[in-house]
Amino acid sequence: MPSAPPASAAPLRLVICGSVDHGKSTLVGRLLAETGTLPEGKVESVRAACARRGVDFEWAFLTDALQAERDQNVTIDSAQIVLKAPGRDIVLIDAPGHEEFLRNMITGAATAEAALLLVAADEGWRAQSRRHAFLLGLLGLRRVAVVVTKMDRVDYSAQVFRDLRAEGEVLLGALGLEPFAWVGVSARSGAGVTSAGPEMPWQNATVLATLTACAPGAAAAEAALRFVVQDVYRQDGRRLVAGRVESGRVSAGDAIVLWPFHKDATVASIERWPQPGAQTAGVGESIALTLAEPVFVERGYVLSHPSAPPAVSNQLHASIFWIAPTPLALGAEVRVKLGTQQVAARVASLGRAFDPGREMPEQASAAEVPPNGAAEVVLQLHAPLVFDRHDHIAALGRFVLLLGARIGGGGIVTQAEPAVRLATKSANITESAGSITAAERTRRHGHRGAVVWLTGLSGAGKSTLARGVERELFARGSLVTVLDGDNLRRGLNSDLGFAPADRVENIRRAAEAARLLAEAGCIVLVALISPYRADRAAARRIALEGGCDFAEVFVRAPLAVCEQRDPKQLYRKARAGLIKQFTGIDAPYEEPEDAEIVVRTDEVGVGEATELLVAEIVRRTRA
Amino acid sequence: MTHLDSLEAESIYVLREAAHHFQKLGMLWSIGKDSCAMLNLVRKAFLGRVPFPLVHIDTSFKPPEMIEFRDRLVREWGLQLIVGRNEPALTAADTFPAGRRTRVECCGLLKTEPLRATLAAQGFDAVIAGIRRDEEGTRAKERFFSPRGVANDWNVKQQPPEFWGQFQTDFGPGTHVRVHPLLHWTELNIWEYIEREGIEVVSLYFAKDGRRHRSLGCWPCTGTFESQATTVPEIVAELRATRLSERAGRAQDAESEGAFEALRASGYM
Repeated sequence: MPSAPPASAAPLRLVICGSVDHGKSTLVGRLLAETGTLPEGKVESVRAACARRGVDFEWAFLTDALQAERDQNVTIDSAQIVLKAPGRDIVLIDAPGHEEFLRNMITGAATAEAALLLVAADEGWRAQSRRHAFLLGLLGLRRVAVVVTKMDRVDYSAQVFRDLRAEGEVLLGALGLEPFAWVGVSARSGAGVTSAGPEMPWQNATVLATLTACAPGAAAAEAALRFVVQDVYRQDGRRLVAGRVESGRVSAGDAIVLWPFHKDATVASIERWPQPGAQTAGVGESIALTLAEPVFVERGYVLSHPSAPPAVSNQLHASIFWIAPTPLALGAEVRVKLGTQQVAARVASLGRAFDPGREMPEQASAAEVPPNGAAEVVLQLHAPLVFDRHDHIAALGRFVLLLGARIGGGGIVTQAEPAVRLATKSANITESAGSITAAERTRRHGHRGAVVWLTGLSGAGKSTLARGVERELFARGSLVTVLDGDNLRRGLNSDLGFAPADRVENIRRAAEAARLLAEAGCIVLVALISPYRADRAAARRIALEGGCDFAEVFVRAPLAVCEQRDPKQLYRKARAGLIKQFTGIDAPYEEPEDAEIVVRTDEVGVGEATELLVAEIVRRTRA
Repeated sequence: MTHLDSLEAESIYVLREAAHHFQKLGMLWSIGKDSCAMLNLVRKAFLGRVPFPLVHIDTSFKPPEMIEFRDRLVREWGLQLIVGRNEPALTAADTFPAGRRTRVECCGLLKTEPLRATLAAQGFDAVIAGIRRDEEGTRAKERFFSPRGVANDWNVKQQPPEFWGQFQTDFGPGTHVRVHPLLHWTELNIWEYIEREGIEVVSLYFAKDGRRHRSLGCWPCTGTFESQATTVPEIVAELRATRLSERAGRAQDAESEGAFEALRASGYM
């Protein structure tokens, strides 16, 4: 039996970019034809399509497959096509050059490992050439060659080529790009494409030789482990943590840390189908794993080894590009999606906003990020995010910005100082295990500890209800207390204001305090507006990770009713503009979607609501 | 990681993202080699399970081997199968084989129309389809998560940006999303994978009396070509050498320039 030939090697992914009408699709067409890549009959069918339109043979039609592209002679969307180059296949990504289709250029270029930047000899460097060059740098593409096209239009002049190269070196150098090759071509005549030809005796380079010289990049095998959780599947009583190894390597038996909540755990097994296979997984592998401990995990968590943690913070420093049709202004509310994490964010600071097609970063002048523009930003996040600097671990160092459901831009993380409180954990701290068990505490108190989290608008009745329930449970002999938002702000949280980051921290501290009390066996009633779902979810995790029961109680009353009650006269002040960012007026309240208990205080009286809540708490905390 | 490993890992990632984002997800199963490879990827992604129904659009002109193969796999693997057919058109013999329609019109009536009807009846917010970029010029420009309008239409000029493994998944009421996990695979990769994983495919792909099918479709519009390949390794070897295009045997594509784009724009896979 003959031995099987080796399976296909990974092709080099290469993007062809540059300004509109600078000959990208034509060059791609030429390359495909001259390397014998095209299937039989393809050139003939293009010839027929050209004849029908009454135009000369168009190489571009080989990738401009859409009718609109052929009719208007412009590439609308990136095409990807395999080129059979000597020694290796190359995926050519033909990116559109038109300004209107920049998002399609990014879609194509973001998957590439190398780039050809085209500039037409007769038109020279245009705004869109500069935009594309800037984006190549931001997308992390450092292997760039420049092809000067349409040399036939300038009579194959060596002087024109040298002038464009001199200008280009300055321009690209300012963006941190150093092209590894410069080639002059005429895709129409074929000079410089696959053979040098007699037209340009002053060069011996060709585009094909340049492409084949470009080796595929090495994977980041040595980098620190980052495993991004996509989902948790329950199967046969096991919890399979599904995700991808974005960098490093994970093996069964590894001690790992779950971020952003800094929970220690151990990898019990690596799971695959149909066989679990090797009990180790490297970069790029989509696997599942099980953990030895019954810790809470969900989509968005990131796993690392304890020795090389990621950064965790409520602030993100980044370079961004913006491709939405409207500008991005200071203070705008967006969402950041990084890996499988998604958090709401506000543009807290905007520096160096500029149009890379027209200005260099140091000339930055805009007060907002224009469409197809770029900027340095600080994003204030409404919940902690796990990340790395982009040049450290790329997969955890880049993100997209969502405007509603749409991707409005993207960015790379430029600073990743681990947040001291959340991210650094001294190696000298070990958790001390108490000698009194939870069961002993339950026997003493006659009930288990729990966190009961009351959320709702100001004036909905959270504090009133909490105090009523506390009195009733106390009368029954329970160990019970109330953590009230206003009271916490007088002591534990007196250093915090009402900006999004401070609200997040306010809730985190309340949740940690509640957990300590619940671990001591107490029933803790937390009365806190806590307007964001993400923060309440975080509070839930903190309690669950402490092994405490957690119940979310939505104390519900329409805004109009709360405003009419206005026990602290806060709505009146907010309406008068005396208080800013007041929940329900000029700051959002995200209603719970899956609260354990909902109490309609506009429909039931305090007595009935208290009774209902007490019954539910007694049921949940029964010994 | 080998190239096949990378392709496999990317497809699994996309399938898991789809399963997370959509409430009502289905997978189009043409019974061809690509959707059989994809079924294997689904079972890898969900550790042996197929957590959504498969949808087969039955034109009634599929070779009987395909239907037998389909029904056997459904039985053996306990798959959920939904079959869509345009019964009024079939009853009225309003088809190309009956001489009443062009090939492209027939595709619209027997494939696009029942696909639209089935998706609507089932209330799918997304369907997985096994298309690949290397098949054809307009598919080369596709997205992993590709929105379809209220009328199942594909607005090729307004595709969403998609990069760094981040996809737009929500396109508003009435729309649905076509999920394309195999986008970066080539025909050769699929066969290499079938060989590596030992995936079963319909017998029509193997040469009989010196001819075989390269792409499976309705029998009146799908031709065979000369081949001696009777095993998967022989098909892999053959594809490494050929310069014939995969869809060369599909007559509906050749009816006019842009015929395939028009089919796709109106909701075809």
